[in-house]
Amino acid sequence: MSEPTPPLVDVRGMTKRFGALTALDDVSLRLAPGAFHAILGENGAGKSTLVKCMMGYHRPDAGHVLVDGQEHHVGGPRDAHRLGFGMVYQHFTLVPSMTVAENLVLGKDDLPAVIRWDVERESMKAFLSRMPFRVDLDRTVGALAAGEKQKIEILKQLFLGRRVLILDEPTSVLTPDEADQVLGVLGEMSRDGRVTVVLITHKFREVEAFAREVTVLRAGRRIGGGAVTDLTRADLVAMMIGAASLPEPAPRAALAPSPAMLGVEGLTVLDDRGLTAVREVSLAVGAGEILGVAGVSGNGQRELVEALAGQRRPESGIVRVAGDAYRPTRGQIRRRRVFVLPEEPSRNACVRQMTVAENLALRSFDRPPIALAGGFLSRQQLRAQGRELIERFKIRAAGPDARLDTLSGGNVQRTVLARELSESPKVLVAQNPCAGLDVAATAEIRGRIMAARNAGAAVLLLSEDLDELMELADRIVVMFEGRLVYETARAAADPHVIGHSMASHL
Amino acid sequence: MNGELGAWGAMIAVVGGAIRVSTPYLYVSLGETLTEKSGRVNLGLEGTLVMGAMSGYAIAYLTGSPWLGVLVAGAIGAGFGLLHAVVCSLPRVNDIAVGIALFLFGTGLAFFLGKPYIQPSAPRLHHLALGWWSASPQIRVALEINALFVAGIVLALALRFILAGTRWGLVVRTVGDNADAARALGYSLRGVRTLATMAGGFLAGVGGSFLSLYYPGTWNEGLSSGQGLMAIALVIFARWNPIHCFWVSLLFGAATALGPALQSIGYTSNYYLFNAAPYVLTLGLLVWSSSPRHALLGAPSELTISK
Repeated sequence: MSEPTPPLVDVRGMTKRFGALTALDDVSLRLAPGAFHAILGENGAGKSTLVKCMMGYHRPDAGHVLVDGQEHHVGGPRDAHRLGFGMVYQHFTLVPSMTVAENLVLGKDDLPAVIRWDVERESMKAFLSRMPFRVDLDRTVGALAAGEKQKIEILKQLFLGRRVLILDEPTSVLTPDEADQVLGVLGEMSRDGRVTVVLITHKFREVEAFAREVTVLRAGRRIGGGAVTDLTRADLVAMMIGAASLPEPAPRAALAPSPAMLGVEGLTVLDDRGLTAVREVSLAVGAGEILGVAGVSGNGQRELVEALAGQRRPESGIVRVAGDAYRPTRGQIRRRRVFVLPEEPSRNACVRQMTVAENLALRSFDRPPIALAGGFLSRQQLRAQGRELIERFKIRAAGPDARLDTLSGGNVQRTVLARELSESPKVLVAQNPCAGLDVAATAEIRGRIMAARNAGAAVLLLSEDLDELMELADRIVVMFEGRLVYETARAAADPHVIGHSMASHL
Repeated sequence: MNGELGAWGAMIAVVGGAIRVSTPYLYVSLGETLTEKSGRVNLGLEGTLVMGAMSGYAIAYLTGSPWLGVLVAGAIGAGFGLLHAVVCSLPRVNDIAVGIALFLFGTGLAFFLGKPYIQPSAPRLHHLALGWWSASPQIRVALEINALFVAGIVLALALRFILAGTRWGLVVRTVGDNADAARALGYSLRGVRTLATMAGGFLAGVGGSFLSLYYPGTWNEGLSSGQGLMAIALVIFARWNPIHCFWVSLLFGAATALGPALQSIGYTSNYYLFNAAPYVLTLGLLVWSSSPRHALLGAPSELTISK
């Protein structure tokens, strides 16, 4: 079976408006057969909008797609599939309860009414024998690691005959090793002219290591681009963030080592399915120390944070704060000043339908000055506190009475951080605090976490972004399948070794 | 006669009763399994069941053909499924609330339209006498098996095959398990869910016609007494597996048959208590199979109850 070669794709003048916002403004892109083209930009720069217009999810307000010189109307994903376009999403589109084989067959546009599994399996095996990845067709997808799932997403697109692969931040769920492997293989395939790859990313390293061309977007516009070899890192940074250089890391105060402020002993926590997510984890964080927990998403980090926040009851184990046993009741949280910034705070730490001021008061509304005698609240005091925190933490909101769900992701993050940091925490637990934020907001949030550490808080920082941990943490541990499998001091940390232990504890 | 067989008599009566009584459970639970596999809960199936019982009986009475009654009951059930699906596809509509509304609407409408059919007697569905080899009348009665029961077994096997080995099955499971994936594949969530809910409604309607046309075999307002609702709970316990639906339906049938079976051997004390066995069983199984600590295993992840 010979493989079809990828077509020449020309995207011209794509423009997409959402109400008053122009998400994409006259962006063009040319993909030669076998290209490896990166689209670089911050969150909200219009990268996803561009490819969603190509894939037929959005109807562009202007612009069109030429394939091998011919204009094609892409009215929906099926039209895009017929042109050979396939998209690999940031969030997996595999069906977790199905096997790998079922998932591969599922995407076929000409899926027969009754599936001849023997025939399908033969064709899958023949296909897999030409592929650089090994997968077991009978495994249930839900039980696979993130890296495996990402490979299967890519295999699925190739199996379905898609020759223009669009990858939307594919490495955000992979360890550095897995990312290198996946992108490396795609790089080879594109050099051989078997596929064209479009890589959406905000990571400079991926652009430099794998892409041959790059297009940089900012605020919906094409700012620049060209052959990657013609551009320096400084050029890319300047184009992407519109400033000459990346912000400096927050200053780290030199503090003397101190006894453990937060201690966790033998903590075991179950997940939603009743399976063990955190296995007898023990750790200690000193006052004025940031302990970074590295790991690929889904290795128990969420459950660990929820257990510390009081959102999930642990099976066994003890949490200590300043040496005393700690249970996250409202009284103890307040007395011990243990505060938490969970991931996806708009879902996990806010009431979206309440105002910003009310969300800021969730820790303090039942105490004076907001609480009055007889169970009444002082709206005036509540607003005053809201105004003060909005000012201090530079939250961009229409005012203290704006509903939280009108705020952008970065400002929701600032709101929760303002609430949790306003009472000078002794212990701060933060998970992926900068996920989805732009460079400036990221620098600001990291600065606040560092400032809390410098002021003597014990910080437990769980992050999927290894660069973030390398910047902030004093010590780094790696979490894999619910266990802590590796520990290193910041000074001695080697990202390669850490990345390796994120994939296995060997 | 009854006294001779004693406890055995009760056993045989329970088994026979289980086979007889389980059929509506089986149809409703298979229908609900299909609907829930597409990511939607239709709590209105109790109303659909009662509507099916009423319309099946009315058509059988008016035309003299019980099988036409079964068919019309199914069609009316599919119509209720369509109504549920259409209302649910409106923005910000909760399928549980719509289901409860349709449950009340269906039973109310059936009582209203069914008033004239309470007295007259319609032709009943025939059964296959599989107990011809036995001299014991209890065994003969227990093995009087309706064709709908046999069709239900075939249907359970067919549904398992459809879900695992056909395009339709894979698409339904995708829509119910990962809506984003289904959208990415270009399938219409609304279309798939509408058809799955209609098919579920069809089966519930057929199940209802069994009640009025075979066992107990009359039409009155207390006919179903919550069997449609129990069948929905049964789906959870059967873990959305058609074959398990069959076995659990038999279990529920046995529980429902317990009271009458004990009565048939002359044990009449606590009659109402034993009649409550299926409700106790429902409650017990739901308590046993749920947990505050973790989500339901095997539940389609797009269900409102899994989120």
